[in-house]
Amino acid sequence: MHLSFKLNGRQIEVECEAADTLAEVLRNTLNLNGTKVSCEVQVCGACTVLVDGVPISACTYLAYEARGKSVVTIEGLERPDGTLHPLQQAFIDEFAFQCGYCTPGMIMSAKALLDENPQPSRDEIIHHMDGNICRCTGYVPIVAAIERAAQEMAKETKK
Amino acid sequence: MSAEKKTDFQVVNHSIPRRDGRVKVTGKAQYVADLKLIGMAYAKVLRSPYAHAKIISIDKSRAEAHPGVYCVVTGYDLQGINPYYGHAVKDHPLLAIDKVRYAGEAVAAVVAIDERTAFEALEFIEVKYEELKAVFTPEEALANDTPLLHEKQFEAGALRGFEGEVTAGRGTNICQSHKIQWGDVEKAFKEAAAVIEGNYYFPMTYAYAMEPYVAIADVNDQGVTIYSSAQHPFMVRHDLKSVFNLPVSAVRLVVPFVGGGYGSKSYTKIEPLVAACSWKAKRPVKLQLTVEEAMLTTRSDDAYTWMRTAVDANGKIIARQAKILMNTGAYAENSPLVVEKSTNRCVGPYAIPNVLIENSSLYTNTVPASSYRGFGCAQVTLPGESQIDELAAKIGKDPYEFRLANAAKPGEEFFPGMRPFDGTLKEDLETAAKAIDWNAPLPKNHGRTVACSGSDAGAYPLTSTAIRVHADGSVTILTGSTELGQGSHTVLPQIAAEELGIPFDKVRVVSSDTAITPYDRSTGASRTTTLMGSAVLEASRDAIQQMVVMAADVLKVKVEQIQVVRGGVRCGEAQLNWSEVISKFYALPDGEVIGRAYIRKSGKFSALPVFWETACTGVELSVDEETGKIQMEKLATVGDVGLAINPALAEGQDIGAATMGMGIGLFEELVYDGPQLLNGSILDYRVPRFSDLPKKVELHLVQNQDGVGPYGAKGGGEASLNSMAANIANAVDRAVGVRIRQAPLTPERVWRALKEKKKDEG
Repeated sequence: MHLSFKLNGRQIEVECEAADTLAEVLRNTLNLNGTKVSCEVQVCGACTVLVDGVPISACTYLAYEARGKSVVTIEGLERPDGTLHPLQQAFIDEFAFQCGYCTPGMIMSAKALLDENPQPSRDEIIHHMDGNICRCTGYVPIVAAIERAAQEMAKETKK
Repeated sequence: MSAEKKTDFQVVNHSIPRRDGRVKVTGKAQYVADLKLIGMAYAKVLRSPYAHAKIISIDKSRAEAHPGVYCVVTGYDLQGINPYYGHAVKDHPLLAIDKVRYAGEAVAAVVAIDERTAFEALEFIEVKYEELKAVFTPEEALANDTPLLHEKQFEAGALRGFEGEVTAGRGTNICQSHKIQWGDVEKAFKEAAAVIEGNYYFPMTYAYAMEPYVAIADVNDQGVTIYSSAQHPFMVRHDLKSVFNLPVSAVRLVVPFVGGGYGSKSYTKIEPLVAACSWKAKRPVKLQLTVEEAMLTTRSDDAYTWMRTAVDANGKIIARQAKILMNTGAYAENSPLVVEKSTNRCVGPYAIPNVLIENSSLYTNTVPASSYRGFGCAQVTLPGESQIDELAAKIGKDPYEFRLANAAKPGEEFFPGMRPFDGTLKEDLETAAKAIDWNAPLPKNHGRTVACSGSDAGAYPLTSTAIRVHADGSVTILTGSTELGQGSHTVLPQIAAEELGIPFDKVRVVSSDTAITPYDRSTGASRTTTLMGSAVLEASRDAIQQMVVMAADVLKVKVEQIQVVRGGVRCGEAQLNWSEVISKFYALPDGEVIGRAYIRKSGKFSALPVFWETACTGVELSVDEETGKIQMEKLATVGDVGLAINPALAEGQDIGAATMGMGIGLFEELVYDGPQLLNGSILDYRVPRFSDLPKKVELHLVQNQDGVGPYGAKGGGEASLNSMAANIANAVDRAVGVRIRQAPLTPERVWRALKEKKKDEG
């Protein structure tokens, strides 16, 4: 089946099967491997991408559902000049990952939060991020990274 | 004490951002799951529905006729290779042969053009089984007339450092036994002023590395090449060499970034199976397990422990005795070493004059158990540290003071024949107690405790490396240590940059490719910083020595006239940096110098363990008496790491480990209901989430440069897990007065204990 949607800001056309998940199309057909797959039952958050700004689990979301919509993956965050998104930079600065397998999904979930709520409280961060599992960091540096990114983004907005 | 107490560090002991930072936050880091080879096929595995059954027949004809299927591999198709592997005991067939020993065991594999086709074809394989009586617990495994899992005897594997005999297949279900003994335990217990005795259960757990097991094999006339998510590629290479009867040089393991290990990716897992698939299909084959399949591949050993500990009238611990039965599941995997380590780790970091620990692991018809972060230590630290608190309460002492009074002292040979204690427990305990406000008043239903653990860590010291200094002065480290997330790609360059006096940015790492990187035994037991770090340090110095000789040649002076300065050499007025030394020596802006180092069990590494991995954790928690639910109020970790090469990474290891330990203390547990795992999916197996974060967290490091590693460093990363379950059990007792001798302390268990207590009081 033929599918057309916006991917990281560019319109794309792709052939897929009706049963293909968005994660399969991204990883297998489009070779965008930044989106990771772990639990495959929508409980770990590793495969989180944004569809029309809303975080979804690409492992269980049919690619067909993305037709005509706008999909943003981890590959879409780096700016054309090579600067990182404030969340990506904050994850580096706060040591907010170790193995890195949950990181793309973690950053995409956090982006959805900051896009909607630019100055979240610690409790709001914890509540929003509860659908993303990390086995390495104990979450402490991730919360710090999201708080730091929120501050950085607030500074950018003021400029 | 390390002879070398350098302190004016330029690169080391700084929290330099991770070398793999940018690729990991942009999604560009490559894991095996992301790799594709030209002409690659995909495998899927058919698994046994029975815990214990004879395989009567397998009909694969319909599956092989399915469009898109290349071949179906079964235990009947393995003539020509040695299908049994195992680094400790070669008891594990890569596919079930003649019988299955646990529900979920691999029985056949389909190789097809894509994963979906392979999956579809699984249902066309017809297997006839004859069910056998199964055993699920160590007690059942030991009973008279119990069915045997393994009838025949096996060869020992490649594991050294483990000196036990292969007891498997000698007419019992005992996989391995281990015992330590000193002093006179019976006499000590007779003379004791107070004794605590109890039975404890530490559950089966699943590490949940978020990247499930995945490997790509390419078996052809050149040999065997495997891309795998393995922690120890050189150990896996040894198993593959034996399976295919090839020289070491014909087997190549390549490990890119690994999506979490925590011990669960130690040793050989699916590599022999995927290699057999490639061998049969005559093309590269990828096998990617699901998380549910990963849960059917490895778990931790659960442990049934009877323990008693005694003190004299002065509050000195005088004896400890334990009998442990560990449930190793269907195959030995790493359990023989887990048994040995858990036996040793019963002593904890205390100086106890009379000790007798007897430990056996039993084969049962359950998922094979193997390494899990800190292996064997958490299992026995639950009873060990519980009894320390109970003893303190019994003799009316503050448990923190009681620990201080009995903890092993720096330099003390508290474990006969082993390396004297190289930690500073007094400072560790003080730091932990302070971090959780030990003496502050406690609200109702709150409990506050500290606990510690000391593990004989570092595994066996056999490690080598090569440091290539290029003509532009940049450096490539070739290391067999795997980047699992712990930060070896950052820490090792820090050490090389420090030694060579060059910026961190100039040093890069190539890791874990057995055809390229020199031998390293393993990436586990918290050994990389200590052992590979020492190798990198020595190899850097070896390169410097070579460059001094080259500089003398270039400057036409004697070697003794060359003085090493930061980033190069000097001779009188003449000064050359490394780039100038190399390019002038070769008379071209090219070429290189290769520094080498080999670490073995000699010199400062002759005493085992390589180091005592020591840490304390402190917790404050509250208990809801209505529901039994525990709320973590405060958590403090104290890593006794000698010197943190990268403090932020060391603290990251501690909080990660403590969080895993907290999960086991609160809710993590694999549950069997008869032959099947009741919670064999991440939907049902609960791991810590953001909302489980303690309200307040403090991370501390104690850095006395007392390790044998570079600049006095020693390993960390496991120890903060070990004491957490005991800490939680102790804090619950202090909060609401119930003693629970089993992890996890689920709301139901706490609630039932509270109800029981009220009944007793009522």
